[in-house]
Amino acid sequence: MDFETVIGLEVHTELATDHKIFCGCSTKFGGEPNTHVCEICSGMPGTLPVLNKQVVEFAMRAGLATNCTITRYNKFDRKNYFYPDLPKAYQISQLYLPICQNGYIQLDSGKKIRIKEIHMEEDAGKLIHDEWEGCTLVDYNRCGVPLLEIVSEPDLSSAEEVQEYLEKLRAILQYTKVSDCKMQEGSLRADVNLSVRERGAMEYGVRTEMKNLNSFKAITRAIESERERQIDAIESGEKIVQETRRWDDTKGISYAMRSKEDAQDYKYFPEPDIPPIEISDKWLASIEKTMPELPDAKKARYINELGLPEYDTGIITGSIYLVDLFEETAEVCGSPTEAAKWIMGDLMKLLNESGTLPEDMKVSGKALGTIIKMLAEQKISRATARKVFEKVFTDNVDPESYVKENNLGVMTDTGAIRSVIEKVVSENAKSVEEYKSGKEKAIQYLIGQSMRALRGQAPASEVTKILHELLD
Amino acid sequence: MSAKINTLGALETAELIRKREISVKEAVSAVIAAAEEKDKEYNCYTTLCPEEALKKAEKVQSLIDSGDIDSPLAGVPVSVKDNICTKGIRTTCASKILHNFVPVYNATVVDKMEKAGMITVGKLNMDEFAMGSTTETSYFGPTKNPWNTSKVPGGSSGGAAACIAADEAVVALGSDTGGSIRQPCSFCGVTGLKPTYGTVSRYGLVAYASSLDQIGPIGKNVADCAAVYSVISGKDEKDGTSMNFAPFEYTAVLNGDMKGKKIGIPADYLGEGLAPDVKEAIMNAAKVFENMGAEVEIFPMPISKYAIPTYYIIACAEACSNLSRYDGIKYGYASPDAENLRELYIKSRSEGFGMEVKRRIMLGNFVLSSGYYDAYYKKALKAKKLVQKAFFDAFEKYDMILGPVAPTTALKIGESLSDPLKMYLGDIYTVMINIAGLPSAAVPCGFDREGMPVGMQLIGKPFGETEILRAAHCFESAADFAQKRPVKA
Repeated sequence: MDFETVIGLEVHTELATDHKIFCGCSTKFGGEPNTHVCEICSGMPGTLPVLNKQVVEFAMRAGLATNCTITRYNKFDRKNYFYPDLPKAYQISQLYLPICQNGYIQLDSGKKIRIKEIHMEEDAGKLIHDEWEGCTLVDYNRCGVPLLEIVSEPDLSSAEEVQEYLEKLRAILQYTKVSDCKMQEGSLRADVNLSVRERGAMEYGVRTEMKNLNSFKAITRAIESERERQIDAIESGEKIVQETRRWDDTKGISYAMRSKEDAQDYKYFPEPDIPPIEISDKWLASIEKTMPELPDAKKARYINELGLPEYDTGIITGSIYLVDLFEETAEVCGSPTEAAKWIMGDLMKLLNESGTLPEDMKVSGKALGTIIKMLAEQKISRATARKVFEKVFTDNVDPESYVKENNLGVMTDTGAIRSVIEKVVSENAKSVEEYKSGKEKAIQYLIGQSMRALRGQAPASEVTKILHELLD
Repeated sequence: MSAKINTLGALETAELIRKREISVKEAVSAVIAAAEEKDKEYNCYTTLCPEEALKKAEKVQSLIDSGDIDSPLAGVPVSVKDNICTKGIRTTCASKILHNFVPVYNATVVDKMEKAGMITVGKLNMDEFAMGSTTETSYFGPTKNPWNTSKVPGGSSGGAAACIAADEAVVALGSDTGGSIRQPCSFCGVTGLKPTYGTVSRYGLVAYASSLDQIGPIGKNVADCAAVYSVISGKDEKDGTSMNFAPFEYTAVLNGDMKGKKIGIPADYLGEGLAPDVKEAIMNAAKVFENMGAEVEIFPMPISKYAIPTYYIIACAEACSNLSRYDGIKYGYASPDAENLRELYIKSRSEGFGMEVKRRIMLGNFVLSSGYYDAYYKKALKAKKLVQKAFFDAFEKYDMILGPVAPTTALKIGESLSDPLKMYLGDIYTVMINIAGLPSAAVPCGFDREGMPVGMQLIGKPFGETEILRAAHCFESAADFAQKRPVKA
């Protein structure tokens, strides 16, 4: 049988707001346990949530950027369940009237992945299992950190599409400054709903939900694995059970967590402590006004107006951190083409070699722009420029002072250059002979030797010119 | 003088303090002494806090002496229902599950009262988590009605109403979700106000039913309640459901008359189930108003018959969610012999909650569960809209609505516990006001043939506190039942 895969995603993203969704506590990642906590986010008796307006605005931005309709009258609901990381024993979320509805993200193929809804909710705390003491501790720092849950329709049909969708979604959320989307810190998390069916079938197959997917790689592997598991099961006559599965990335397999039968009844009902949110025309317009250029528009502009190659543009616009670097570099050095070349060449190489993510790099557009400018003005050679950039990448040095302090500037004294080259010519009689006997290529070797002797600090054109003068 | 301070009202006490006839410390000491002595019999308080109160008394005295406080209630001792959080003073909700809970924060109303120079002297007994109409469901035992100790004081703010009747307090704060201020006021012959929803911050009020709960004053007269309301009301940034409205001036209540005022009495409030003595007292009150120049008319309000189910569905649904946080993990009672997480939840909650609370948690979970939500909760929300509309329509014709608070006077202790449904039906005249979010003042208006007090309620338009308290004040001036005190107390 020929199977097709049907995938829907639930993406949770932590918002980059200054403080939590219902209290004034910090949303910073990585504080000492229970230091970003107050009586409200720890669910003390009598305390009340007050909605942080910034969360609504961030949700509106995410919705506008994904072509959603903003629900002008939306509400919070309570999702009730017991777990120690949830101090109120209910999560304030949106079920009945989510803030954004009916949007889409368009893949490069032109296929539209529909977004069913985006809703606001609060994150839960974290359990820390202390194996030494044989007990479990709770860290409430993450309680009340604002989340958006972005729910797609089951429009995705492969791991590749999922990856593209997620990359686009991440870029959008980063461009709009809604989230920093650091998967390693859990600020972007995806649950995968997957089913398979015979190609062309009308009915969906029974789906499973996969949780604990912490990287793009894990998502891809989990999708492949679950697709195969389901096909194997169907082909051997087994029934797929609707269940939640947990992905174990080290083992590369998933485990059933709970089936639909023991699914909880969350007893949702309207949150009585938070009045409905009414979004006026004026409020919506003020948010629309602050919307930045989005990835697809930026990509088109880079290609059409700046004349950048499509491939390069795709890479750069895929990350706001690369975009910010590119735009600042281009502004400082005045050449978008050179800026893109450096990012795609030297920067990518350094990022890959060191395993650094663009969001963690230290390079500033000012530094890279300055290097490119110095190179263009022939103040440094290309080889030096590379060396300085490496230093900028590792140690965030200031290029101008670094060049000055280490005496790396281009030699401008033609006499001095000529005397170095003369020495090279006298030491390489064989190559000189070959050149003179008509072997044109031999001069390349001499140029290389001269550049080395000059420590790369003379312009190659000047070196070539002098060599010709000496030999021709 | 100081021996009798506890019998005074709040404004009177403040006046004597202002005139330097008594000190703040004397006022606080007098109330605490009265409470310590009389509470052996009435059990109004769950906690008395003399040390904290006397310390605060000194501070307030020095503010008064230096002229740095401008408040009509500076120096007045206040007693607070035990579901209102008081920083550093345990707040139990009269439940085993919170018997050792000490908040690290004050409720907004407590902060406001402290700012106005009022001093919290103790925490008041109540039905567990405000669930009940008799104060018998308290973990700390029932409060007794000072008029007759074989009777209940009403509930859930039974401690608050009884301590006023017994002169164990100058003024008190209660909370009203379905009648919990008004009904005990009626049973104990004291005055109380259930304010418009959203006018008094709920921050720090341990939630029973969030969309219905409202804090309000209980006192010895209308002026005291009005003065306390002026202190505790107002928009609070910590409560998203609190509203902006014109500041309430308590002095506006003390002037004006009833000439030309239109008062409606719902016919459904006078029908079957209403004790004849109560009905008589209400009709007499209507006559008092007529004699003052008001027009009184009886009108039909058939929606009343849906009030009880609507209230119990909404209240229990919200309650089951609000009370889920008491799980033995973070604070409060944790069962000592749980083997694992599931057992910790089940045992802590089974051992920590009383019968009535468990009943309402189960009811709430039932009406919210999938498959039943539409049949119960959603319908209740529709009924809520109809109730609101019925009142809205009535207020097109009337300036205020008059009716009994409860169908009977105080019941015998033990009578309701065995028959919860009967107890629920006793809330018939009060719950509609919470469903509609309206203000209602409970005022003593007579006695039954056994000498037990009868209360009436004056229901107002949203933010109509001035109107109903003015009417209550007029009534008090014409027929002062609030002056009477139980003989024994």
